[in-house]
Amino acid sequence: MLKGLIGKKVGMTRLFMEEGRVVPVTVLEVGPCTVVQVKTPAREKYSAVQLGFGAKKASRVNKPLTGHFKKGGSEPLAILKEFRVADTAGLAVGQKITADLFAVGDKVHVTGKSKGLGFTGVVKRHNFGGGRKTHGCTTHDAPGSIGASADPSRVMRGKKMPGQHGNQQRQARNLKVVDVRPDMNLVLVKGAVPGAIGGIVFLEKA
Amino acid sequence: MDAREMIALEQMRVDMPEFRAGDTVKVHVRIKEGEKERLQVFEGVVMRRRGDGMGASFTVRKVSYGVGVERIFPLHSPIIDHVDLITQGRVRQGRIYYLRALRGKAARIKEKKRV
Repeated sequence: MLKGLIGKKVGMTRLFMEEGRVVPVTVLEVGPCTVVQVKTPAREKYSAVQLGFGAKKASRVNKPLTGHFKKGGSEPLAILKEFRVADTAGLAVGQKITADLFAVGDKVHVTGKSKGLGFTGVVKRHNFGGGRKTHGCTTHDAPGSIGASADPSRVMRGKKMPGQHGNQQRQARNLKVVDVRPDMNLVLVKGAVPGAIGGIVFLEKA
Repeated sequence: MDAREMIALEQMRVDMPEFRAGDTVKVHVRIKEGEKERLQVFEGVVMRRRGDGMGASFTVRKVSYGVGVERIFPLHSPIIDHVDLITQGRVRQGRIYYLRALRGKAARIKEKKRV
């Protein structure tokens, strides 16, 4: 059975439960996803489906992909993603899958690309403490010593240093589905998910 | 309008009276005790309003048996049955924290003249 879908991050808000409890939620626009390709053990040696999401201009699609979409019987799609399934029964090419795949109470993993923060120092990137801001101190957020002297005479592998931060694939695991609205293609999950507003996310049942 | 705003809007309460810092209000709070539900009234002076949209809240202060008690309510919370506006006070600040330092006669707030 298919367990995942492609979606888009809409933003965060909060929901009131009836006892007055407040739940922070991320609103995700999920699906409808089109099945573009079904992979079977007979042909590809494993079972999976390739889903497509979001519209794309036909003039922007290259020829090989145009043929791929034609075979899948769908208009050009912006995002393609493969999901492994145990069994491809009940899944056909061209089929549309909507947000009602998920139910309230389900746990889902949400994968997305985190916000790119560029080249970042150690205070922001690795939560180093940094130096004092005042009292004559002149090193405010330098990393400090990065190792000992003649022994070992090199920097230890994996030493936390400044560098590119963010813009990497990250997964928020076991988020609770708080609400599903198939009429608007919306899934509301508790808590934050990686990425900026408008970013593409992949939802998968935990 | 995007879906996030729509979800927020459909939860917002439109039945709240207009009140601001310095006003005296009665907040009727739903309290569940086992099966039974009753209303508890919290009457006091609005210290401040903060935030907008779904996250807006307000703080009410009252002096109970000589002890100052402040309670923060989310403006759109479903546990609030209703809010009665008792008097409109004339204050010059949006956040009247100076009230905490005052006792008795000094802690009174002049009523706003009706226009």
